[in-house]
Amino acid sequence: MNRQEKEQYLREYSILKAQGKPFFPYAVAKDSAMACVVMLVIILMSLILGAELGPKADPTTTTYSPRPEWYFFFLFELLKVVKEPALTPLATIGVPTICMILLFLLPFYDRSAERRPERRPVATTAGILTIGAMAYLTYLGASAGAPTQIDLETPSRIQAQGAQMVAQYESGKQVVAQSGCLACHKLGKNGNEGPGPELTDIADRLPRQAIQRTLINPTAPMPSFAALQRNSPEKFAAMVAFLGELKEEEGDESEDDAPVNAQRRP
Amino acid sequence: MPKLKLPAPPLPPGVPKPKPKRPGTPKQTPLDVAADAGASAVDWIDERTSLSGGLRWMLFRKVPKGTNWFYTLGSATMFAFLSQAVTGVFLAMYYRPDAAGGAYESMRYVNDEVFLGEFVHGMHKWGSSVMVILIFLHMARTFFFGAYKYPRELNWVIGVALLILTMAMSFTGYLLPFDQRSYWATIVGVNINGTGPLVGPYLSDFLRGGPEFGATSLSRFYAIHMMLIPGAIAALMGAHLYLVAKLGTTAPPWIRAEKSDAVREEKA
Repeated sequence: MNRQEKEQYLREYSILKAQGKPFFPYAVAKDSAMACVVMLVIILMSLILGAELGPKADPTTTTYSPRPEWYFFFLFELLKVVKEPALTPLATIGVPTICMILLFLLPFYDRSAERRPERRPVATTAGILTIGAMAYLTYLGASAGAPTQIDLETPSRIQAQGAQMVAQYESGKQVVAQSGCLACHKLGKNGNEGPGPELTDIADRLPRQAIQRTLINPTAPMPSFAALQRNSPEKFAAMVAFLGELKEEEGDESEDDAPVNAQRRP
Repeated sequence: MPKLKLPAPPLPPGVPKPKPKRPGTPKQTPLDVAADAGASAVDWIDERTSLSGGLRWMLFRKVPKGTNWFYTLGSATMFAFLSQAVTGVFLAMYYRPDAAGGAYESMRYVNDEVFLGEFVHGMHKWGSSVMVILIFLHMARTFFFGAYKYPRELNWVIGVALLILTMAMSFTGYLLPFDQRSYWATIVGVNINGTGPLVGPYLSDFLRGGPEFGATSLSRFYAIHMMLIPGAIAALMGAHLYLVAKLGTTAPPWIRAEKSDAVREEKA
């Protein structure tokens, strides 16, 4: 915006302002009406949706699902787009920081005098795309489902090992479901695709010892389960045992798949 | 008689000016006495503060023609913040930032025992969603109307800071009820901060108050949530409002002055 454009804007604005109405009572009336609507919406939401308090925070375990407030879903989903571990910091901090800087500096790089949205195609398109992307990511985050249950059948090879093994497998499944792993990991049909790796066949890629080490000393942003191991070792052991058995099934799948699996793991 | 300097609204052109009161001593009804007492009270305050000038400047500035309901989103956001402040104060009367169980128990007490406790808790909880929605709508209006351009660049920058502070407010408030959901979501959030380059680990350590999530973490989040950020929001909101009053709200971009100017010249 050069000096002439600035002066022209100020001149035109002073005319528009002279032709306008006083702030009080005209704008104040509108603002007050809007304030009443806002108050009403807040009161209705409070009455209808309530303020439920989940179970008490417990670093060891019980039922919990670490999901952020819904308006952080779009940031949370952004993490899942980036799979490469080396690029995780870029997704977690880099992209939001860059967006914030772009937002802060907007008036300093968009210096044209034009204000009408239809005559600023780049800005308007960018704005609509940003809103669309945020809405889509929020929808993805909201529709991910409750990450507190795992619909996995106990595989036949576990059942073949007797009742004690089945019991340990089941309790481990429960600990995993309740530990909120599914907020960041996909497990079968449940859970979110990222930022963590898929757990469905984690034992094919990681031996049990490595899984245990990862649980105790994870890479950020995954929380550490060292406290769980300290406070209730049997739950931790069940968790490790369950994760250590998450292999791709041979027996349960159809006959056609079996040879392929056999080839993959000779 | 006090010489009252109450702000008086400007009169539209067609309306005649009110006649001055006739001199002499008219009958004093009780109503007049009460009005006089009120006027002298206002006069007493104004003599000491000179507030009326500022009020006049704030209230009777002109709003450009063409402003519509989109222009109420900013004040609505401020109203939502005020609602959060009031309900937050009431919650703070009962809340104990004690990670060992006091925090959760105090919120349980608010929900189950306190008169209208769950209602106020709900208003605070859902009010945050309303405030975030309103602040994003307000920003969208500013963006699409090009209202961030000269001379309002600084106001845009302050507004973005207010947006970030609002999100930070939500993040720090999420932990306070200290139920499972808030506890684990906050741990993941803090760990995400920790992956940042250079300052990330220090920021996480600062938020946790140490290398691990412990007893100090909750009181730290509480102090940030109820003192640090609200103070910053209130101060920046004051600056934001001052600039709005000083620079004026924009007219919608498609409203033009030339046409009506030409009409006026034709009339003349």
